[in-house]
Amino acid sequence: MVVKTLPEFPVKKGEPAYKIWIFEPGWKGEIPLNFNLRQVAEQKRSALLPGHRLCAGCAAPIVVKLASFAFRGPTIVVNATGCLEVATTVFPYTSWAVPWIHNAFENAASTAAGVESAIKALKKTGRLPYEHVDVVVFAGDGGTFDIGFQALSGMAERGHDVLYILYDNEAYMNTGIQRSGGTPKYAATTTSPAGEVIPGKPESKKPIADIMVAHRIPYVATATPAHWMDFMKKVRKGLEVNGPGFIHSLSSCDRGWRHDNAISIEVLRRAVDTCYFPLWEWTPETGYMLTDRSLVIARNPSLKQPIERFVEVQGRFRHLMKPENKEKLKELQEYVDKVWEDLLKRASNAPK
Amino acid sequence: MQEILNVNGDEAVAYAVKQSLVDVVSAYPITPQTIIVEKFSEFVADGLVHTEFVPVESEHSAMSACVGAAAAGARTFTATSSQGLALMVEIVYIASALRLPIVMAVANRALSAPINIHNDHSDAYLMRDAGWVQLFTENVQETYDTTIQAFKIAEDERVLLPVAVNLDGFFLSHTLENIRVLPDDAVTEFLGGYRKVAKLRVDYYDEQVPHMLNPARPLTFGSLDLYDYYFEHKVQQIEAMKNVPAVVREVNEKWFALTGRKYGDGVIDAYGVEDAEIVIVAMGSGAGTVRSVVKKYREKGEKLGLLRIRMFRPFPYEEVKGLLKDAKAVAVMDKGIGPGSFGALYQDVVSSLYDLGSHPLTVDYVYGLGGRDLTPELVAKMIEQVKEDVKTGQVKEKIRYLGVRG
Repeated sequence: MVVKTLPEFPVKKGEPAYKIWIFEPGWKGEIPLNFNLRQVAEQKRSALLPGHRLCAGCAAPIVVKLASFAFRGPTIVVNATGCLEVATTVFPYTSWAVPWIHNAFENAASTAAGVESAIKALKKTGRLPYEHVDVVVFAGDGGTFDIGFQALSGMAERGHDVLYILYDNEAYMNTGIQRSGGTPKYAATTTSPAGEVIPGKPESKKPIADIMVAHRIPYVATATPAHWMDFMKKVRKGLEVNGPGFIHSLSSCDRGWRHDNAISIEVLRRAVDTCYFPLWEWTPETGYMLTDRSLVIARNPSLKQPIERFVEVQGRFRHLMKPENKEKLKELQEYVDKVWEDLLKRASNAPK
Repeated sequence: MQEILNVNGDEAVAYAVKQSLVDVVSAYPITPQTIIVEKFSEFVADGLVHTEFVPVESEHSAMSACVGAAAAGARTFTATSSQGLALMVEIVYIASALRLPIVMAVANRALSAPINIHNDHSDAYLMRDAGWVQLFTENVQETYDTTIQAFKIAEDERVLLPVAVNLDGFFLSHTLENIRVLPDDAVTEFLGGYRKVAKLRVDYYDEQVPHMLNPARPLTFGSLDLYDYYFEHKVQQIEAMKNVPAVVREVNEKWFALTGRKYGDGVIDAYGVEDAEIVIVAMGSGAGTVRSVVKKYREKGEKLGLLRIRMFRPFPYEEVKGLLKDAKAVAVMDKGIGPGSFGALYQDVVSSLYDLGSHPLTVDYVYGLGGRDLTPELVAKMIEQVKEDVKTGQVKEKIRYLGVRG
């Protein structure tokens, strides 16, 4: 492996030696995706270095770290404006060990399209010193479901070879928990507060991954960092396809979801266990395929837990636990059931 | 040996881009810019260029893709106009602040509403504070020449700023002209081949590293800059602008040596200004009309001059002051206006004159909005009015409209 570390990164004795990724020109190899947790941990080759300023309990850095464990070689990261961007690049510091660019809020996809096109042009004229450079986007739900959707759709339609990873914390967390197109029904945010008359956001979550499937791009998947092996495999698959890949990762936000910051991963696990956020992947060849825990639940329906399990630990749904809102909770359950049943019908590996 | 082509302004731009070894072109169609991209996509379709053409879904994405491409080390071009420029303007600011040498042709057109597809400079005025070098061209030949020059100016290590080449919509973009073009290899030599990415010193590395997204030497572009550094970075960007005039002049001279064509000193193009009592300041294709009228007046022995601003940003305040200080009156022609204020060109000219002991009379002539013709008769009318002002020693109305009814 020709991953060099350069130059000496000040490391105190006894501390892990996190070092920047340097791919020397001419690097043609590939970093294998290790399937052993210990090996992954020992690699310590995360694109995101320690010392970033994201909140304790935030799942976004876990999303990035897991994704970067699955990177296969020289990679350029494009970041939309959001928590991840502002908390990892407070000048004069940066947490990124790979080339990284942030342009604006709504244009991560088109910026990545430009980066990818430049790589193609450089390669065509013999100026790219690598066999291939991957382009990966990290963007939040605001920059993906809403303001950035046009750029994302355009990038998908034009078929740029970019892997777009959405970390979905279900609101505009960077500006202080305002509703987004990714906010689920009845969640309370600062612009969809649970009041006397309206119990949180009245509208359902936009089915962004299904919309990306409708673009017929080579790879679409949902994932959570709680299901880390599933997540990494999906990232690698998304990189390996020739064309756009899209990964919708749920990413808990203890500030916005109002849960204890020690249980972020537990909350994400409950999201999958209740089928609120089923894990699946889609390719034009295989269609929808359930993966990991969701496949297990499809095979053993008794494992599917009620939506209360997901809702009860989060302050943003606190009002739903009141007796007068029982109907609302039931409604949420019906909605989740409908989405799940619908997915079971579509998934080719679901038991019929 | 220069070949003669019969092309319109848009085709001239496309031809210049074809010759300039551009790596990435990203654009969205808008009248009157469309022909640039249409023509260029023909070059792409015929395999005449190595360029990656990214036909995006909006101008906002066009400029975004240009930022990504330029940051990844590509020579990058886009073109737009009017509403398209307005849509991309957010990223226009980011492109210059990230110091990316993007070149953009702006086929100048009026801004809505009411919707109008014809020429004025309100779109260029919209981006005047965006930190781009803004060059205005007078005819199709100059548009061709300036497009190639723009890459050299933008990529100069002293500059590293994006450059906008302005051509008047329809008046230049759609008007056929015979132009002389260089052979491809001469352009390649002039630009020094493919884009060479500037190197800069980064504390983390013990060496100069290329200012690009480079897996061999990772850099972070577009980080969060709070009150502790933003100001310093802005100042660097502002200071870089100070190097632009010298580079523009140098490139103008080099181009002259290569082609026999030059445009004033590259920054301003003065005609008969030295001894003039009345000077007309103008930009873009309108300057051609003014020049022909001024010529006739001079033939009659009247002391008139034309000062054409070729480089609108950075604005050549000192040069303008030097040339206008002895004039009795200065008429500034603005093809755009900020309602409630003056035209942008007028404001800059007046700023240039402010610290003179005694000022010439100044008046702002707003003309040509939404493509209204500037006829020689209108120019003559303006000159007669200003002569009257000189006689009476005062200008009653500071803003006058030229060629408006009622």
